[in-house]
Amino acid sequence: MSSCCETPTLDLPIEPHIPGTIRTVALVGPPNSGKSTLFNRLTGLRQKVANYPGVTVEQRIGRLRGIDRSDVAVIDLPGIYSLSRYSEDARVAVDVLHGEMPGTPAPDAVLLVLDSLHLSRQLMLAAPVLALKLPTLILLNMSDLMEARGGEVDPLALAGELGTPVAKISATRGTGLDAIRHFLGQKSELQPPLQLPVMGNAASYRQWASGVSTRTNYRAPLSSAVSRNLDNILLHRVWGPLLFLVVVITVFQIVFSLGQPLSNGFQTLLDAMGVYASAWLPAGWIQSLLIEGVWKGVSSVLVFLPQILLLFLFIGVLEDSGYLARAALIADRVMRTIGLNGKAFIPLLSAYACAVPAIMATRTIENKRERLATILVTPFMTCSARLPIYILIIAAFVPNRPVLGRFFGLRACVMLSLYVLGFVAALVTARLLKSTLLRASPTPFILELPQYRLPTLRSLLLRLVDRARVFLHQAGTVILAVTLVLWLLSHVPLHDGAFPALAQSIIGRIGFIIEPVIRPLGFNWKIGIGLLTSVLAREVIVGTLGTLYGTDPATQHLTLQTALRRDMHIGGAIALVVYFALAMQCTSTLAVVRRETNSWKWPAIQFIYMTVLAYLAALATNQCLSRLFG
Amino acid sequence: MIERSDHHLQADDPSSRLYPTLGSWLLNVIALSELGIGKHGIVEGLDLPGEVQHHLMHMGFVPDARVLALRRAPAGDPTVYAIDGMEIALRHETARSIHVRIIPDDEEQEGSEDFLLRHRSAAGRQGKP
Repeated sequence: MSSCCETPTLDLPIEPHIPGTIRTVALVGPPNSGKSTLFNRLTGLRQKVANYPGVTVEQRIGRLRGIDRSDVAVIDLPGIYSLSRYSEDARVAVDVLHGEMPGTPAPDAVLLVLDSLHLSRQLMLAAPVLALKLPTLILLNMSDLMEARGGEVDPLALAGELGTPVAKISATRGTGLDAIRHFLGQKSELQPPLQLPVMGNAASYRQWASGVSTRTNYRAPLSSAVSRNLDNILLHRVWGPLLFLVVVITVFQIVFSLGQPLSNGFQTLLDAMGVYASAWLPAGWIQSLLIEGVWKGVSSVLVFLPQILLLFLFIGVLEDSGYLARAALIADRVMRTIGLNGKAFIPLLSAYACAVPAIMATRTIENKRERLATILVTPFMTCSARLPIYILIIAAFVPNRPVLGRFFGLRACVMLSLYVLGFVAALVTARLLKSTLLRASPTPFILELPQYRLPTLRSLLLRLVDRARVFLHQAGTVILAVTLVLWLLSHVPLHDGAFPALAQSIIGRIGFIIEPVIRPLGFNWKIGIGLLTSVLAREVIVGTLGTLYGTDPATQHLTLQTALRRDMHIGGAIALVVYFALAMQCTSTLAVVRRETNSWKWPAIQFIYMTVLAYLAALATNQCLSRLFG
Repeated sequence: MIERSDHHLQADDPSSRLYPTLGSWLLNVIALSELGIGKHGIVEGLDLPGEVQHHLMHMGFVPDARVLALRRAPAGDPTVYAIDGMEIALRHETARSIHVRIIPDDEEQEGSEDFLLRHRSAAGRQGKP
């Protein structure tokens, strides 16, 4: 799958460059300056998303369709505070601005986006950007909000002071964008630069920035009294954590209880479409390949969409409103005990529904190491795809005896233990990672608390479209390939020109071959085949076991539960659910981890680590239980 | 010293007591983590690893910047600081390495938003165990 590794060039201009004309602009700005909103506005949502080679920093390129200048390409750089190469983000930004990033065209001009609510601080970035000596347009974003709160700035005075044009805009409302078209239309010539501060010194930048804002009569808006009053409640010692729990439980409950039926309904719909399509295809291997191979693969990806969209809708509301930062602040103390920070809370929680959107949600964690650690432990959380096999095994092997009263029986107890097992595994792994692979310097927790704001429908929709596209494009390709390989392995070698029974196929034979390895866990070859096919997705094992026991004459007349009871000991059965609690049986997750870390290294480490851990735990479980009940 | 009354809020970490030393007491320089809620300080310097220090300085923690300890998270840590018109939360372990000079109460302008805030949080503090 090299499609996600190479840098897309997006048919960028290759005509000879005429000096003075602008063909590529870079969008530069500090984090939270509204840069991404502006980028979406300018490109009309048609953009190419990839990773810069070798790093996890996302590259976004588009064309200025939104202002009718589709001949100009625009590069959205990561949000940065300065041009010192301290962080990965800043290194990428500096390389792109200097035209030293392979595969990315050197920008002819810079659009510098600054948040006018905090202009005197944001101006610190202007000094190093202006020192690049590229034609620069400074965009004072959220100027409507600043003026509404009694702030004031004189763009003309600022332009005079900085020697470059300045425009007031509002990216969320789309006002003032004409200035960009104007800027692109004129011959680019840079005014002789003004006095810039000493390079690389934060204190001198700060002094310079406050000097500029004073000389240009900048008046910062009053900090919103609403925000502080809200915080008096939402960060209150008693109400804060209580409201936090209410919010978290609501999100979890809705993603879990509404997302699950939505996914199931969507699955039914997709299956029905497959059945409908198969009626139009001639029976035979083409039908099987297209329906069981391609369509199954595609729908196994599509089926995650409702949950992803639902989760991101909530995260969008929480983040845009400003509550997510408060939630991270409240959760930080608890998350720290397991070696993660407060921002890891929402991803870990949503992983109880599904690890795929959860891993995508780790983007809110800016710190790379912290984010990687969260990504690596997330799949241990008990996701909904584990439930079918849990329910099957528990119903078949665990008697329904009361443990704590009538409502908490032995079955519920086993189920809860599996949830706890996953959580403990995540906790131990996080600790382990922090002291080995991801050690290095301690990572401080620096959290900016933005003012509360009402999320706009538009930005929520943009977020959903963006996430859906990234997920389908990147994960879809990997999963499709794996599904095809699995389909092929379970349909060859041909037997008298027809497909072989599952047990005779290559995958079935591998099931037999690995039987000696899994016998100590209490598994037979049928379970072995189930373990192999469910690498695609955990719930697949139930279907596979159904097929295998259903085609075996000896067990044909039995229900799956009775057939399993005939074939397996309690030790093996519990070992099986323990294996599923810990193993990485999910191609979608692996594909998303690959996508989010921009390397095969991490999904490979994760897969091997989780499989080995699952094997050892299942081995121990089986050996203990068989002796106990032997 | 009034600041001392706030020591119990984060006194569980013994290393925080290494600072302030006697000399810095005389100069009124303390660790930012020791700054009581509702109190103002002037940033004197930072003593953190390169990347972190750089990041914080670009978020406004530069020498001579005025900082206000705004509120603590419900669990007592991190603490939210107002600096340069922004609200930034730092853990105790980070704030410990930022040195601030206390602004004596009589130098603060009364009647300001900060003044009201100080009184509000002082009232809230009485409920603390």
